Amino acid sequence: MTEKRNLTCIGCPMGCALTVEVDDDGYVWSVTGNTCKRGEIYGKKEVTNPTRIVTTTVRVTGGEMDAVPVKTKWDIPKDKIFSCIEDLKDIVLTAPVKTGDVVLADAAGTGVPVIATRDVI
Amino acid sequence: MQEYDLVIIGGGPAGLAAAEAAKKSGACSLVILERDRELGGILNQCIHNGFGLHSFGEELTGPEYAKRYIDRIRDLKIEYMLATMVMDLSEDRVVTAMNSENGVFSIRAKAVILAMGCRERPRGALNIPGYRPAGIYSAGTAQRLVNIEGLMPGREVVILGSGDIGLIMARRMTLEGAKVKVVAELMPYSGGLKRNIVQCLDDFGIPLLLSHTVVDIHGKNRVEGVTLAAVDEKGKPIPGTEEFYSCDTLLLSVGLIPENELSREAGIALSAVTGGPLVNESLETSVPGIFACGNVLHVHDLVDFVSEEAATAGKNAAAFIAEETLRSAGEQGPVIPLLAEGGVRYTVPSCIHLLRMPEELKVRFRVGAVYKNAYINVFAGKERVIRRKKMVMAPGEMEEITLKKEWLSEKTDTITVTIEEEEI
Repeated sequence: MTEKRNLTCIGCPMGCALTVEVDDDGYVWSVTGNTCKRGEIYGKKEVTNPTRIVTTTVRVTGGEMDAVPVKTKWDIPKDKIFSCIEDLKDIVLTAPVKTGDVVLADAAGTGVPVIATRDVI
Repeated sequence: MQEYDLVIIGGGPAGLAAAEAAKKSGACSLVILERDRELGGILNQCIHNGFGLHSFGEELTGPEYAKRYIDRIRDLKIEYMLATMVMDLSEDRVVTAMNSENGVFSIRAKAVILAMGCRERPRGALNIPGYRPAGIYSAGTAQRLVNIEGLMPGREVVILGSGDIGLIMARRMTLEGAKVKVVAELMPYSGGLKRNIVQCLDDFGIPLLLSHTVVDIHGKNRVEGVTLAAVDEKGKPIPGTEEFYSCDTLLLSVGLIPENELSREAGIALSAVTGGPLVNESLETSVPGIFACGNVLHVHDLVDFVSEEAATAGKNAAAFIAEETLRSAGEQGPVIPLLAEGGVRYTVPSCIHLLRMPEELKVRFRVGAVYKNAYINVFAGKERVIRRKKMVMAPGEMEEITLKKEWLSEKTDTITVTIEEEEI
């Protein structure tokens, strides 16, 4: 049984309407509607292993601001978003924090580190 | 009075990119005036990723994108003043500003770049009945509270308007533990980028109700709920479609307005469509030597294009200072107006001095409705010079074309950008 799934490509602002044919084993038969290679890659990935970069904030003490923005260094599986947020909830950093500092070494067991995305002095 | 070659009003993405380009193009003394306590503008509160795909080929967060430009500003030793509010701008390019260190002061500039950005349309502009309870925020205010101040505006949220900030905040509030019940959009299409609809709403199962609006806000001291209703083609609520949503917070993401009080003071002609200055091929306003770029000129979707546009403004301002630009009307030669017709709402620029035009000129515009499989046609006079098929065009996504100087001559009386719907 193959299933047709309609997706919007997010590879660029074009937002191509993709149709991905995928069977029960997760084998992708076709990606159509894309206008470039990125669409095909995204379409395949989105039905087999959808991932996202997660961005949020973490508490800081002793700095010019009370929160520092952070992100997962790479994208993590979509179903790990909330456990990643949960892992970061109780972390309190002490200023100074520098862009790129590792805030959490392993987000939700994905092996992906969470890093700061700005300086807090 | 202090004197500078160039004063840049605003230290957000537009001001930073304009400053870098102007400095590299030879403007010797320049200063950026920024009202916030730091450079970077709204990027500082946009902690999500997706910035820089076009200019850096990678997905940066807002603060990271800002840092790249701020570092360049520091490397180039460009002067900037923070916590400094510009109060007045005159036609002869005297900038009056104030801060707690210097009080009120004036700067005479050879050129000025307007880079003040835009602000959000407030509730007062919407005619929603009801009391004025706590819990109604513009999406950008909520974004600042959550991302910079570390405060949560509420727990149960309804969002009116599907602009990008509203979509981003739907996800952000969800990640912070709030329940976002619905996003309602007056128009039959979203005003936001597709990727934001996918990643901010679809990912979290947040419904988007198109052709819906808020017809009542309940609660006296704090929002207790809102009533949504479907609207007809004219945007009028349809009786009998009302539905109550309980919530403690209503976020508004209903459009951005270029912030042009200073431009008005200087007597700069503004566009009735964009709310921003009318500019020529050099991104120069109707007042010679005053340039505009970024969201103060017209609201952009992507910061990459803001940076690109601002760099052009910076370069042109430097040329103006160096008097490379032909200034007097006689030297400027013919001026060709750009006409936005047939579904095109406006173009930036809106006129071209043929002699000052570079070999290739980017023209950006927005369409007024959603088009599928339509063509962008560009006519120089009566001759069609561009015919490009687009699978999808929407008001939420800016379009661009490149005009070539070779297509134009002194005989060209107009350039028309128009959308053709039928396939021929």
